[in-house]
Amino acid sequence: MSNILNIARVEWRRIFLSPLAWAVLAVVQFIVGYVFITLLLQYANAASQSPDIGVSDVVAGSLYGFSTVLLLLIMPLMTMRLFSEERKTGSITLLFSAPVSLIEIVLGKFVGALGFIFAVIVLMGLMPLALAWSTNMDWGRIAAGLLGLFLLMMAFASAGIFVSSLTREPTIAAVGSFGLLLVIWLINVVAYNDSIPFHDAFQYLSLIDHFESLRRGVFATADVVYYLLFSALFLWLTVLRLDVERN
Amino acid sequence: MGQEDMGIRTAEVLIEARGLTRRYGPTVAVKELDLTLRKGEIVGLLGPNGAGKSTTMKMLTGNLAPSAGEVTIKGISLRAEPKAAKSHIGYLPEQPPVYPELTVDEYLRFCANLHGVPGKQLGDALTSAKRDCGLADVGSRLVGNLSKGYQQRVGIAQAIIHRPSVVILDEPTVGLDPIQIREIRTLIAELGKAHTVILSSHILPEIQAVCDRVMIIARGTVVYNEPISATNNQSSVVCGFRRPPQAVHLADLEGVDGASPLGDGRFIVSALKNADPRDAIVAAAATNDWGLIELHAQQRTLEEIFVELTSTDVRAAA
Repeated sequence: MSNILNIARVEWRRIFLSPLAWAVLAVVQFIVGYVFITLLLQYANAASQSPDIGVSDVVAGSLYGFSTVLLLLIMPLMTMRLFSEERKTGSITLLFSAPVSLIEIVLGKFVGALGFIFAVIVLMGLMPLALAWSTNMDWGRIAAGLLGLFLLMMAFASAGIFVSSLTREPTIAAVGSFGLLLVIWLINVVAYNDSIPFHDAFQYLSLIDHFESLRRGVFATADVVYYLLFSALFLWLTVLRLDVERN
Repeated sequence: MGQEDMGIRTAEVLIEARGLTRRYGPTVAVKELDLTLRKGEIVGLLGPNGAGKSTTMKMLTGNLAPSAGEVTIKGISLRAEPKAAKSHIGYLPEQPPVYPELTVDEYLRFCANLHGVPGKQLGDALTSAKRDCGLADVGSRLVGNLSKGYQQRVGIAQAIIHRPSVVILDEPTVGLDPIQIREIRTLIAELGKAHTVILSSHILPEIQAVCDRVMIIARGTVVYNEPISATNNQSSVVCGFRRPPQAVHLADLEGVDGASPLGDGRFIVSALKNADPRDAIVAAAATNDWGLIELHAQQRTLEEIFVELTSTDVRAAA
């Protein structure tokens, strides 16, 4: 456990020592902030006509729903370096020769990446917080939305870590994990075609469908478990992949 | 063989490899390699480029799984208990495994934690590793901003910070300038006092300068494995006579392996291992009235041994 935390701490430090993390956070915050204000103005204009929509719907529903697309674009950039760059510079040898298991290495990297995800969640949480002084927010709903974003990013990160362990080139890892995530995301398109057998299963496998309920403020254990299993699967594949490398 | 060598012979075995084999597809990089390393030894792994030195080291450190064979470190199997076995090893690969964005202190602290140095001893471990590697003044600088020589030292500091029993250094002086090479050499000799060191290189004087024992690897097998003092013992004797005998007479003498004429009544006599035939030659020359006019030992240098062993290898391959 201490090994995992030690690797995670250094990984987290290295993520935030690189200008990439700050640039990504700045861009995300700018875009999300812009959309936030736009949505808020729209809401303010339309509020009188449809009184059953609350400001929490706008933030947790529309804003966080929009954010998922943005996060799909940025997470591959944040995970691309995790293994590929280490392999390229040879620093992976340090971890491989140290008395730590492959599981600890992979979990360490993953927890390090979670540190970045927390930073994104905090920034996302700031938006509704900015409204707290002027109106009553439905905090449960917002928490569900943030939890959804967190789980989604966690899934993105684990898939990104796996793809990063496949290659030496960070850019290829970024493109690869973006492609992989988009395919899993869009797998639900198949579900709308009734002629395909088991089309419901495809819908269930899609990354984004499980976010829907959380976005609407419904906390369903099945959705949470989906993301946890998704992450565990890819982290396990990463461990297998690293083991193959030694053989 | 001196007292010291005898002491090493009986010392604790730290690394043992048996029948180590590594295949990359159809090519065999390392074949049936045996290696035993005792406490307090500095062993030089020599070999031409591509002989299998790095592959061997990767297998000894658990970075590469052997296709066949077994590695034990302090009697612990690297395959069965990798964590316990690896904790006794410090490894510097060809590329120092550093994170350029961290400072030297941060990086070394991470390495110490990774190798399970307890929190209380961490400060001491850091100070002594930096002192040993001459890094005391650069602790707060970024690793990426250091010169290649200093990065190499950081790599060595990383390998010794947890005071492992065995330090494995893969070409530690590659890419350094002559002064840095001397400094690293001094450092390795210093390390040899407290640790057991395996060092790979293709620079012969380097091995001769710091190692107790030489292993020459060619085409994935060990072709030579002797204490460095043996290169002095494996000498040949040049002798000259006024009335030269037949070469066979010389070859029959005690301790002589063979003799070949050099012309002008001079011969080169190769000695049997650890034997000095000079006494016998003098005695025989006196009895048979050969008129001895020249007699001196000619040492076989490591370079000759190396070229002999690795070039026959090339011929065999051709």
